Amino acid sequence: MDISFLVVQILTGLAYGMLLFMISVGLSVIFGLMGIVNLAHGVFFVVGAYLALSVLDMGANFLVALGVAMLAMALLGVMIERFLLFRSYGNELNQVLLTFGLAFVLADVIKMIWGARLQSLPTPAVLDFSVTLAGITFPTYRLAVVLVGCIVAVVLWYLETRTRTGAIIRAGVDDREMVSALGINITLVFAGVFAFGAALAGMGGVLGGPILGMYPDMGFDILVLSLIVVVLGGLGTWKGAFVGGILVGMVQIFGQAYFPSLSLVIVFLLMAVVLLIRPSGLFGRSHAT
Amino acid sequence: MLELEDVHTYYGTSHILQGLSFSVPERKCVALLGRNGAGKTTAIHSIAGLTPPRRGSIRFMEREIAGLRPHKIARLGVGLVPQGRRIFPSLTVEENLIITNRQSPDGAENWDLTKVYELFPALRERASNMGNELSGGEQQMLAIARALMTNPRFLLMDEPSEGLAPVIIERIGDVVLRLKEAGLSILVVEQNVSLACSVADEILIMNKGRIVWRGSPKELLADEPVQHKYLGV
Repeated sequence: MDISFLVVQILTGLAYGMLLFMISVGLSVIFGLMGIVNLAHGVFFVVGAYLALSVLDMGANFLVALGVAMLAMALLGVMIERFLLFRSYGNELNQVLLTFGLAFVLADVIKMIWGARLQSLPTPAVLDFSVTLAGITFPTYRLAVVLVGCIVAVVLWYLETRTRTGAIIRAGVDDREMVSALGINITLVFAGVFAFGAALAGMGGVLGGPILGMYPDMGFDILVLSLIVVVLGGLGTWKGAFVGGILVGMVQIFGQAYFPSLSLVIVFLLMAVVLLIRPSGLFGRSHAT
Repeated sequence: MLELEDVHTYYGTSHILQGLSFSVPERKCVALLGRNGAGKTTAIHSIAGLTPPRRGSIRFMEREIAGLRPHKIARLGVGLVPQGRRIFPSLTVEENLIITNRQSPDGAENWDLTKVYELFPALRERASNMGNELSGGEQQMLAIARALMTNPRFLLMDEPSEGLAPVIIERIGDVVLRLKEAGLSILVVEQNVSLACSVADEILIMNKGRIVWRGSPKELLADEPVQHKYLGV
């Protein structure tokens, strides 16, 4: 086996893992905090990427497109939470039907606006080159994605452990009723978390655009993987999404390289093994306290 | 201060509070006793807005609060020390305290970290421990301190003595008396008759969602048939 192939695979797996991390973190925290599986969460990833495409077409640069997509996804997230999901609180069946239905509707909206064919975002020009180190060629853009993913992780770590808002969200995951009984408007916290999670998913979509491309039904495929990440990593924590994302990303990429027809099966096997050993996921806490 | 009038609360289809009426005067401590399932915790949850009553009126400082959302009720000055403490396990002791810190609505006595640590020096030593690393007594102190940090005018305490050693229960009793002295009005739900009688100005006994007996601690302690009938003592 060629060492440079291996290194590039690892980098690709890491980059893919970071994208999965970005989409999964919102899903995980929303699930942990609000008890909602938002099956439309994958849509934020895809719509974010398509929006960035349109903004780029208008001549803006990649960073502007990224910013616009993230803001728009935050807004879409708040609207979905405030006007639709909020009616289904406490009713899991309704939540599943509502968010799943929404995912279908939005996938069709994508088809109407951007067409059904596979598209992709151009790699930003500043990063569109490779560096060769010790005879191994690294695509710079992937390195940048890994770097951004790590920065996001550090920011989330800071928010979670060093800010009052982070403490309130952790408390909400522990016992949201108690949080509201202490005078904190949990509805506002829900909306904020939803917006933030949607924006991060959008970010993942845009950064993934040059690597993965996008198609209208992509939301469903990415949702399945991010659900695995959430289950693997444990609910309600960015750490779980980070480690779970990297694990699933690596296993997917290496699976595709060595056992192409089995790559998704291996991911599910990984999930099954982790669940057997740690039913609440790698970083999940059991709610038995 | 707090008046309940003909309050009816349901859990799903079961009718728990069946016309509960009582009041807690300002700067007084009222203890609510009764067997398991009498509806004591539901009464607390109805006042705090966690299980809003279906009928009846709950007035706090001349204001109707039945049906308000929990955080609104808390912000009017109602502090909750819940059954089972419900400390946030993934927060440190200090975080448990600071997430709720708020100025009191009328700017009266303000509780802050320094003051609650003075009241509970043990918590200062445990400030950086996680909520789930505390003993039962420490958790109870933290639950009281956490409620104080919201600077309430009124304290709802749900079984503060539950599962605690007698020494600690005595300590909790002292704290309740001190808080009353500091100007708080308190409704305390208890199974522990002696604690209730040592802190309360008035005792109410609940059965099947209603008040069935009321009197002073002295009257209750003298009335063995009532204790036997409603409290199983």
